[in-house]
Amino acid sequence: MAVTDAPRIVTARIDHPDSYTLERALATGAYEGLRKALTMTPEAVAAEVDAASLLGRGGAGFPAGRKWAMLRQSPVTYLVVNGDESEPATFKDHLLVERDPHQLIEGVVIAAYALQVTRAFIFLRGEFALGLERVQAALNEAYAHGAVGADIFGSGFSVDIVVHPGAGAYICGEETSLLESLEGKRGFPRIKPPFFPAAIGLYGEPTVVNNVETMSNLPWIVTNGGAAFAALGEGRSTGTRLFALAGHVRNPGVYELEMAKTTFADLINAPVLGGGVRHGRELKAFIPGGVSAPWFGPDQIDLPLGQDEVGAAGSMLGSGSVVVMDDHTCAVRASWRITKFFSRESCGQCTPCREGSGWLERIMERIETGRGRPDDLDLLLDACDNIAPGLTWPPQQTTICVLGPSIPSSIHSAITMFRDEFLTHIKEGGCPHG
Amino acid sequence: MAEQPAGAPAAPTDATEGDFTFTLNGRPARGRKGEMLIAAAERAGVFIPRFCYHPRMKSVGVCRMCLVEVTGPRGAALQPSCYLEVTEGMEVVTDSPKVKKAQDGVLEFLLVNHPLDCPVCDKGGECPLQDQTLAYGPGESRFVEEKRHFEKPIPISDLVLLDRERCIQCSRCTRFAAEVAGEAQIDFSGRGEMIEVSTFPDEPFSSYFSGNTVQICPVGALTAVPYRFTARPWDLDQVESTCTTCAMGCRVAVQSSANRLTRILGIDSEPVNHGWLCDKGRFAFESVNAEDRITQPMVRRDGELVPTTWSEALDQAAAGLRRAMTDGGPEAIGVLGGARLTNEGAYLWARLAKGVIGTDSVDAQLGDGLPAETVLGLPRATIAEAASAATVVLLCGDLREELPVAFLRLRAAAVDGTTALVELAPQRSALTPLTTSFLQYRPGDVVELARALTGTGGPPQGVDAGALESARQHLGSGDVVVVLGRPSLAEDGAMVAEAAEVLAGLPGVRFLSALRRGNIHGALDMGLAPGVLPGRVGLEEGGAWFERAWGSVPARRGRDCTGILSSAAGAGDDESRVTALVLLGSEPSVDVPDRDLARRGLGGASFVVAVTSSPGEAVDRADVVLPAAEAHERPGTTTNIEGRVSRVAQKLVPPGQAWPDWMIASELARYMGSDMGIDSMAAVWAEIERLAPAYAGITADVLDAPWARDGVVAPFAGAPVSQAAVPLDPIAVPGVESVERQGAPPRAGSAVTPTAGPDGQVTVEQGTGGQGEGRPPVLAGPAGINAPHVAPTDSYSFRLVVGRTLYDGGTAVAMSEALTPLVTSAPLRVNPHDLDDLGITTGDLVRVRTARDSVVVPVAADPGLARKVVATELNVPFGDVTAGDLIDATSPVVELRLETP
Ligand SMILES: Cc1cc2nc3c(=O)[nH]c(=O)nc-3n(C[C@H](O)[C@H](O)[C@H](O)COP(=O)(O)O)c2cc1C
Ligand code: SF4
Ligand code: SF4
Ligand code: SF4
Ligand code: FES
Repeated sequence: MAVTDAPRIVTARIDHPDSYTLERALATGAYEGLRKALTMTPEAVAAEVDAASLLGRGGAGFPAGRKWAMLRQSPVTYLVVNGDESEPATFKDHLLVERDPHQLIEGVVIAAYALQVTRAFIFLRGEFALGLERVQAALNEAYAHGAVGADIFGSGFSVDIVVHPGAGAYICGEETSLLESLEGKRGFPRIKPPFFPAAIGLYGEPTVVNNVETMSNLPWIVTNGGAAFAALGEGRSTGTRLFALAGHVRNPGVYELEMAKTTFADLINAPVLGGGVRHGRELKAFIPGGVSAPWFGPDQIDLPLGQDEVGAAGSMLGSGSVVVMDDHTCAVRASWRITKFFSRESCGQCTPCREGSGWLERIMERIETGRGRPDDLDLLLDACDNIAPGLTWPPQQTTICVLGPSIPSSIHSAITMFRDEFLTHIKEGGCPHG
Repeated sequence: MAEQPAGAPAAPTDATEGDFTFTLNGRPARGRKGEMLIAAAERAGVFIPRFCYHPRMKSVGVCRMCLVEVTGPRGAALQPSCYLEVTEGMEVVTDSPKVKKAQDGVLEFLLVNHPLDCPVCDKGGECPLQDQTLAYGPGESRFVEEKRHFEKPIPISDLVLLDRERCIQCSRCTRFAAEVAGEAQIDFSGRGEMIEVSTFPDEPFSSYFSGNTVQICPVGALTAVPYRFTARPWDLDQVESTCTTCAMGCRVAVQSSANRLTRILGIDSEPVNHGWLCDKGRFAFESVNAEDRITQPMVRRDGELVPTTWSEALDQAAAGLRRAMTDGGPEAIGVLGGARLTNEGAYLWARLAKGVIGTDSVDAQLGDGLPAETVLGLPRATIAEAASAATVVLLCGDLREELPVAFLRLRAAAVDGTTALVELAPQRSALTPLTTSFLQYRPGDVVELARALTGTGGPPQGVDAGALESARQHLGSGDVVVVLGRPSLAEDGAMVAEAAEVLAGLPGVRFLSALRRGNIHGALDMGLAPGVLPGRVGLEEGGAWFERAWGSVPARRGRDCTGILSSAAGAGDDESRVTALVLLGSEPSVDVPDRDLARRGLGGASFVVAVTSSPGEAVDRADVVLPAAEAHERPGTTTNIEGRVSRVAQKLVPPGQAWPDWMIASELARYMGSDMGIDSMAAVWAEIERLAPAYAGITADVLDAPWARDGVVAPFAGAPVSQAAVPLDPIAVPGVESVERQGAPPRAGSAVTPTAGPDGQVTVEQGTGGQGEGRPPVLAGPAGINAPHVAPTDSYSFRLVVGRTLYDGGTAVAMSEALTPLVTSAPLRVNPHDLDDLGITTGDLVRVRTARDSVVVPVAADPGLARKVVATELNVPFGDVTAGDLIDATSPVVELRLETP
């Protein structure tokens, strides 16, 4: 599958049809990383993760080692794993929870050990019915196996893990909102500062929140050493990363690729990967990192899949979702669709996001359905500017969380890249794509 | 000169005060530690627009209206100023184009879904959204789409309606309910732009404090049933006053239109109500507007009450009273009531009764209070001192039912964790869940419990030993304030007073009264109780002083309410029997817990004068009816639970021929042949200040001083107690800052105004603290109460607890259209095990036998009660009777037998 010869780190086991069982997991090296970690000091385990330069895989790309270091100053109390994955076209954690729950659990116990946490939570998207079933079953097996619970593998270290299903809101993937939800409250994001989870997290205690994929990398890192992980990739983008490829490609799916050594062109076009734009059409644009990310055009397809490289080009790798749009795609409709998603998923707490998302959606709908007006483009951009002042990247915000400033991304991209298409919609009173 | 207190008179914007300097729009400004930027800017004279921020609640930073630019490590960024603590050296810009654009943007967003209802919206004309749109918003609407639609207004309680289309989701209402009232009965549901304030299924927003949400809602989303559509803000006329619906003394703005009250709003008084009101105080004004008010003097002729002139009515009243005196001496006259009067009215009635007539059988408490000497003599604490004490001992009824805003203050103290609550009560109250020790005692055991608490006796049976031990520890650490009222009306007040005097033995303990009725503290301070004279002095100690001033004082101590009614009913020694009653705004059959006694007393009197504003049994029985002006119809002063004297304002012309209470007393005295030399309310106040020791120094000038806006505590320490005169939540008290104050306008030079000394220290003219100039000393220390002994009961008897409920059958509720439906019936609450023993369950009927009577009432299980204790509330429907029919004022506790009927 790979275009480079990097090993598969988090998807090594998933080709086995029974990859989610303890039996298969043990036969393929599961919990070896944990056993090794338990022979090391917690500080040494954390040092390996730091050396690996493992960037968070949930969207913001913050180095896990550094996040933990902030925490290890204070007596950490909770570890929370974010498996809420609810963004459109994002489905890489989905694969990990369904196909390799033991790897996730092993990663959680390793992190718990490094952080000396005795209680961890895995927050899984409520719609992941099979994933929830498998993670819970695997957790029961892991308890029975002595890998979770009291005195793990006779080491004297204990941690309990609780699996908690989400209740169907995208916003609960935002870490502070997730914590509110976990506490049994409405999923309203908290204001940072002061509510950085590392300072005031779950039940007001310092808390580490990490993504499912971030956790799933830990067994390999401990087994093979942080240096081996850091040797993969380029610059700050080390190791491999899962990419959920969606849209108008021949082979949509989840691909594990070495970071920064591979390009979007490889991902989209390589025969073993995306296999190119489907139906022999041309590439119109692609979204490099989920629907919150600004779009790229065909001229940016040779950018490497590296965090800093994509950032410098004005977008982000974000949630690891790459959406391909072919030349038959209506840019207005595509960004309208994304805006509609955000409008439905805004938590409703703060004014610019709650009201702005709905208004933008209505304007986009008007343009797409032939009721646009000449000054609508200025209006769209100005309303966007009132949510994300300056429309810069990374965005500034008038809102509490970054869902708000994510709304302008697609609108701003679509207008900047395809202004004529908008004008045609307005002039011709409808969508030229039918 | 005493030491200058911390609350020194503050200029409206005390911009110079603070712990450090920060930069605001390029100029230095002062910030305080822990202060939110929005508040610091406001003190510096820079108003930042806002919707969700409320200074009395935790910030949430959701509306985003208050964004300003703050320079941080990564350059200037927009930050919510309501959510950011000001820090030293912070650089803040509130007027840059970027800030302006963000604020314009938020307003435009808010208007996206906001219906343009202004012409039909109650808030129109006083709407922060309207106002801030004019001040900060975009010129014209760029929104051409369809707005969000909801069914227009839906009731969320009996008193409050919600228009979800108008809601701007600021969460002020939901936060108030959860954070301030402690009743999270409303919360958001849904998400995105369909987010809405909701109640829980089948559970209305039934809080006693729901009206506050209407007041603090920054738009017209929440409206109150009694005000809806009654007036437009620009037609309203308002004055600042004090609520006298209960004795808390919340500050209010009273608004009227065309000589009818339309609305009462809470004013933020730092020492008292923090801006909040209870729904009874807010909505009971309807009783003033009521159609069936007594507005004409009447006399009984041939058994019929007929309207007459003031002079004839006064003549008849004087004649009747004189007749009674001729037959039985001055003590043949009993005066009941007075808590609905102003201080001025109470004083003149006390002077009329004690100085002119010569009877000491005067009682403003109606059998539901405590001996006056106890209340007046124990060391006093203010509300603020109680709310900041290390330990508060609750020896009172359920404060949420009796003094609702006092409940809010103490709840906040307990929730903040700064104050430990120790409760002594025979049944649970709304504060019980927040107590550190709940000492549940059996009616009759309160004195024993107090002894156990102070280590001077063993614990009574059934009191939790662990709770007692923990309570004793709390009493030993830090300052203690006892909140003193009546835990149960079926238990002799003298016992509670004796218990209080036992607690007075604790080192440094102070007391805050929880007597609940209107101006009861003013009435007691003015001498409307047996054994006391105006200004908190005893009859003995003050006799000579008042004799000099008045000409005479009663020869001996008179009867209290129970004594007066018993005597009038024909009990006791014949020679000094009470034959004439003067009812000062009291309705004995409703106000006196022992209903039977009230009826017999009223029936036994041969001559009854009712000074009143509302119809009822008192009027039905009266020989002369003198119509009195109500609250909001006459100016004056009132005194609250902590002894704070503040002005009440006149907003309305009294209906018909009703007179202010002081004038009725003064005129009646004249008809009785004694000119008190009083020709104005101001003259009454001057006399009070001169003669009543505890009120010395509280001149009209003091009351009108700008720093005395919240009133002053008697005895006057010469210290201003007022806070800065800035309205704390300007967006919820529309126009209140410009409220006209009543009373004489402060005259230049004559008012007690702070003056700056050479050292720049602000000092204030010193009061006398009520002493000196030959005035008698105010009561101090325990009165030496010896309560009757309670005989042990047999194992079949139950003891009765009678509490109160806010919406009872009292006059204020009965005459307020919006509140009357809220009166519910009270079953007899019984411990479930006792119900099991009787073989009955909730909803069944039980026969209750007392020594006097036997009635059949419904029961309900209450696991919070001890075995063999039953409870109910006064003045609400209770089977076919009321709980008052079971109470026997002459017996220290009420014992009952329960039988299946
Ligand atoms: C609107 C929103 C949705 C998010 N959804 C997810 C999610 O589904 N899963 C996830 O891991 N992180 C999500 N995040 C990012 C988290 O807030 C957080 O950064 C992440 O869980 C940290 O883990 P990491 O450091 O391992 O990446 C979301 C952020 C936002 C603002
Ligand atoms: S930005 Fe949107 S999702 Fe985030 S807190 Fe505000 S309303 Fe909620
Ligand atoms: S009803 Fe009023 S107070 Fe409540 S959230 Fe809406 S706007 Fe705010
Ligand atoms: S608590 Fe008392 S004084 Fe305050 S509003 Fe209610 S009734 Fe009026
Ligand atoms: S966000 Fe500050 S006032 Fe609403």
